Amino acid sequence: MIGLEHYLTVAAALFVIGIFGLFLNRKNVIILLMSIELMLLAVNINFVAFSSFLGDLVGQVFTLFVLTVAAAEAAIGLAILVCFFRNRGSIDVEDVNVMKG
Amino acid sequence: MISADIQTVLPEILLSLYAMGALMAAVYTIKDGAAALLTWVTAGVFVLLAVWIGINGDGTTTAFGGMFVEDAFARFAKIIILLSAAIVLLMSEGYMARRNLLRFEYPLLVALAVVGMMVMVSAGDLMALYMGLELQSLSLYVVASLRRDSAKSTEAGLKYFVLGALSSGLLLYGASLTYGFAGTTLFSGIIDALQDDVSLGLLFGLVFLLAGFAFKVSAAPFHMWTPDVYEGSPTPVTAFFATAPKVAAMALFARVVHDAFGGIVGEWQQIVAFLAVVSMFLGAIAAIGQRDIKRLMAYSSIAHMGFALMGLAAGTALGVQAMLIYMAIYVTMNIGTFALILSMEKDGRPVTDIQALQSYSKRDPLMALVMLVMMFSLAGVPPMLGFFGKFYVLRAAYDAGLGWLAVAGVIASVIGAFYYLRIVYYVYFGADQDGTDSRPTPVLWTAAVITGLIVALAWLPGVNLFGIEPVAAAAAETLVN
Repeated sequence: MIGLEHYLTVAAALFVIGIFGLFLNRKNVIILLMSIELMLLAVNINFVAFSSFLGDLVGQVFTLFVLTVAAAEAAIGLAILVCFFRNRGSIDVEDVNVMKG
Repeated sequence: MISADIQTVLPEILLSLYAMGALMAAVYTIKDGAAALLTWVTAGVFVLLAVWIGINGDGTTTAFGGMFVEDAFARFAKIIILLSAAIVLLMSEGYMARRNLLRFEYPLLVALAVVGMMVMVSAGDLMALYMGLELQSLSLYVVASLRRDSAKSTEAGLKYFVLGALSSGLLLYGASLTYGFAGTTLFSGIIDALQDDVSLGLLFGLVFLLAGFAFKVSAAPFHMWTPDVYEGSPTPVTAFFATAPKVAAMALFARVVHDAFGGIVGEWQQIVAFLAVVSMFLGAIAAIGQRDIKRLMAYSSIAHMGFALMGLAAGTALGVQAMLIYMAIYVTMNIGTFALILSMEKDGRPVTDIQALQSYSKRDPLMALVMLVMMFSLAGVPPMLGFFGKFYVLRAAYDAGLGWLAVAGVIASVIGAFYYLRIVYYVYFGADQDGTDSRPTPVLWTAAVITGLIVALAWLPGVNLFGIEPVAAAAAETLVN
């Protein structure tokens, strides 16, 4: 029987993979965007699992909001990335270094 | 029922309708030709809304089943946000027009960000909180990379976007755990769920939520984005980042810890106190090596957020009051300082190097005097306004039994005074060299002189900090009970 804790474990694992993807990735900015998406989807699994466990619809409503915002966020991220690529001719993470820090 | 709800959120609705309508109107007519006009109109709309909220607002009303709370605390924060955003917009206009940066989207994106901030400070539910926060953040990512042809500006936007999205993810994960273990997303429901016993899941939720907020207020150790974003963004945008969003994020922080987690002050107090200490010291020490005044202001804002968090860490009504007063004073000082930074230029190009301020007093004595007042105030030298802000938070922390935190605050503020006073030294006793010219536009000149007078004269007996103390006390009372 698959219970709430299984869903929470999967979500936590995906969330941590997302965070590690952000910090360990040295290659490509697109991978950063994918990691962010992974984190948000892990949160959605959490919400839906809790919603079903509690018998309360609010969690699923929240999920729909998160999905919508994630789409807007991806659109803005890609737009900024296109501008960045036009200026630098590269989307390597190592090239995001005009300013130190 | 629904009409009463809409009545409550009318300022937000009107502002979003204005932003969307003006966007459509400008796109289909003269585009960037309308930019200057839109900037002034948007600032006017902000001021009108601030006056309306200030006059009309009374008592506490909730809308949409408690998702949206309109109380004295929200009104206080909204008025500061609206007025500071209006002033920053007016200050931006001349600077951006001269550098071909003035696009009609800029005032409208700022308007949308302000709608997000107003929703944030009024949030009574995790969903409203998240939507407000994202509306604010998404608009800010775009304005950070407003200068599309500059590598620095787009890099600032990219860094802000990636780290901002990470913080939103942390915050959402905390929200999901809070929802799961409290069974509701309403703040009033969460505080009820905490009555009996505090589950580990809720504590994890609280920690993730606080980490997300710390990112948004740029408190150490979640501050990494601040210096780069401040340096890379166009200077008027940096001025905006340093004022209204900080107030909104700090007010949201206070609302969540008191409205939703007010029953377990002991649990979050230590986290907030830790954030405060680390921010104050990191801001004070890391700023010493900076050569760029925008980067320096970034570390300065990290340190100031540490002091505001110290007020919050007290966990009392006095602490929230001190935090609100501190934020109002911080915004005033930053508007004055950025009015000066915006008027620094050489041969028509903006300069941000601190060295360019050498012997500034010989070239423009009045602006140099304002700079002196601002730097003394940021450092917290009495009798400037900044001293009173620090005094309130230190007293609140001490009264709440956090004497060690108050002592740490005093030490950090002494360390921090070094780099502020170094600027004053350059301005008055620096080498006679070819530095920045001072070309303030009339708006910048007025903003600098008025904030300079406010900051320098607030201690006069009749002025009494412009009567902000009882208003902030009333606002804090509605939040903490």
